[in-house]
Amino acid sequence: MKAIVDGQKCTVCGVCSDACPMGAIALRENQVEISDDCSLCGICVDTCEFGALSLPEVGHGPSEDLGSYRGVWVYAEWREGKVHGVSHELLSAGRILADKRGVELGAVLLGSGLDDQMAGELISYGAEVVYVVDAPELAHFTDERYSKCIVELVNRKRPEIVLAGATSMGRSFIPRVAAGLKTGLTADCTELDIGDEGHLLQTRPAFGGNIMATIICPNRRPQMATVRPKVMKPVRMDGRQGRIERVELPSRCFEARVEVLEVIAEQDQTAKLTEADVIVSGGRGLRSAENFHLIEELAGLMNGAVGASRGAVEEGWMAPSHQVGQTGRTVAPTLYVAVGISGAVQHLVGMQGSQVIVAVNKDASAPIFDVATYGVVADLFEFLPEFVKRIKRER
Amino acid sequence: MHIVVCIKQVPDTKNVRIDPDTHTLVRQGVESIINPFDMFAVEGALKIKDLNGARVTVMTMGPPQAAEALRETLGLGADDAVLLSDRAFAGSDTWATSTTLSAAIRKMGDVDLILCGKQAVDGDTAQVGPEMAALLDVPYATFVKKIDIEEPGFLKVLRQTDEGSELWKLQLPALLTVIKELGEPRVPSLRHKMRAKKAEIAVWGNAELGLDPNSTGLCGSFTQVVRVFSPQRRTNRIQLEGSIENQAEQLFQYLKKARVPGL
Repeated sequence: MKAIVDGQKCTVCGVCSDACPMGAIALRENQVEISDDCSLCGICVDTCEFGALSLPEVGHGPSEDLGSYRGVWVYAEWREGKVHGVSHELLSAGRILADKRGVELGAVLLGSGLDDQMAGELISYGAEVVYVVDAPELAHFTDERYSKCIVELVNRKRPEIVLAGATSMGRSFIPRVAAGLKTGLTADCTELDIGDEGHLLQTRPAFGGNIMATIICPNRRPQMATVRPKVMKPVRMDGRQGRIERVELPSRCFEARVEVLEVIAEQDQTAKLTEADVIVSGGRGLRSAENFHLIEELAGLMNGAVGASRGAVEEGWMAPSHQVGQTGRTVAPTLYVAVGISGAVQHLVGMQGSQVIVAVNKDASAPIFDVATYGVVADLFEFLPEFVKRIKRER
Repeated sequence: MHIVVCIKQVPDTKNVRIDPDTHTLVRQGVESIINPFDMFAVEGALKIKDLNGARVTVMTMGPPQAAEALRETLGLGADDAVLLSDRAFAGSDTWATSTTLSAAIRKMGDVDLILCGKQAVDGDTAQVGPEMAALLDVPYATFVKKIDIEEPGFLKVLRQTDEGSELWKLQLPALLTVIKELGEPRVPSLRHKMRAKKAEIAVWGNAELGLDPNSTGLCGSFTQVVRVFSPQRRTNRIQLEGSIENQAEQLFQYLKKARVPGL
């Protein structure tokens, strides 16, 4: 299967051929020709101003009564008795979607020994109903149990949209929920909206963040998406009313072939990259493991985490748990300071979602400056101590 | 023990350029590589083979040229390779991909352990592993950095989470998605490379898998791309100038004005 060309409309202008990331479009005499390299990404369809290109239809038509699914749900993640920030963010985003659809916003809370305080917090961020499943088997997260519980709840209540954080937990078990429900899932969305036909428009970066794609799940329900932490804005409104429903689930939901033997908390707080508001990262420009103390000092001053480029990790200067980029962590803090990092694509895709980016590099032509909000062309060994001094002077 | 490693060919992002005018990827002349996370999975499987003895089969879904990626893993010491290739598989989303891969695993029949990379670096979805586990109804663990086999029929794995790590025990057959800490890929040996050159790679299309054509490729996908556009770029970069002291002062003031936390 490949993109379809309408020979009547094609002018062989070649715009699509240049845009095709697979190099699958060749120019022929009367119309373009699509080769078997076509990955059906749809980029050409968008670039063609003559409407000559289209994709074959997805799926095989709506399979069931989609209209019987109503409501927006957010999976509420928590740690040590506290709701995870991403769940606040998703409830606020979900509130807007639910209002547009004119439906109820629900939150799902799974765990053991859950008090009503957390559920109340979810209500203050926009939930009208909180479904609570409380069972000793849910004390520790395991994919099997958590996904079976959500599948069962969705089958009972039939929400049209289910959202979850793209955390290590969400990215782990939400695909199993989607597969269990035989529905589509879009990972790491940065924007959610409701389209004219009532579908959830799920926008996410593709091809390493260089292209944005809007994706729909037209024929199945619920429509499922994960969203990275710190992408949506949390809005708390006290005095909201909502109800808490405790749900009993059958024992088969709690069966598992996995046993959690031990949970080991990260001792190194500076390695908690995905949760940090500030990250200071170092690259090969640091020249040695010892010099990372400059990075650590600045990060410490700003109460931030310490990141590293792949180069610095490969040199053995920092542990892999600090690596930012395609083979490391993807981060989007409020402030990202890149020091002595040239900015290979593989690093950029892991941090270009940060709100404010500061780049410090000797080489004015380093690609890191292309994504920087503030560029400092300087020797880091001169600049960093000076900047640290300046921060300290304020205190 | 029979281990199947699922791999994917992706564009080598080290060489990808961004067209400054259109802000799209220039993929012409960009080579394909095996997704780096999948290479950690291959290494993990070969380590188990070294320590405990195992048969390692490497599998991919893709166009005929993906056979080269499989051959590369044979050069590292994998025993067999299977290529799932059929126009009917084109345009698959993660669901359709998982459906096709798990059908192949079922056809093999005797699989004890399935290893996948944490995610592919071109799509970044991290969905195919968990979805396959659901379709095959096997237990799984994601973001695995250490695998131990102590007791027959079970695995002990250490997995990385946002908060630290967790030690899990899983019943076999099982599926794991793995991260870098599992181990950097080894260098190919001459002996394996010689064998890989001559090795025959099984190619399975839908005739072999026998899936309903409506459940593969674009037809079998649930999600659909409706719009593709370039992200908004930062065009308002502020380049600081002057002496080092001056630049430090300017940056401090800018960040304070931007109200970044920590200042």
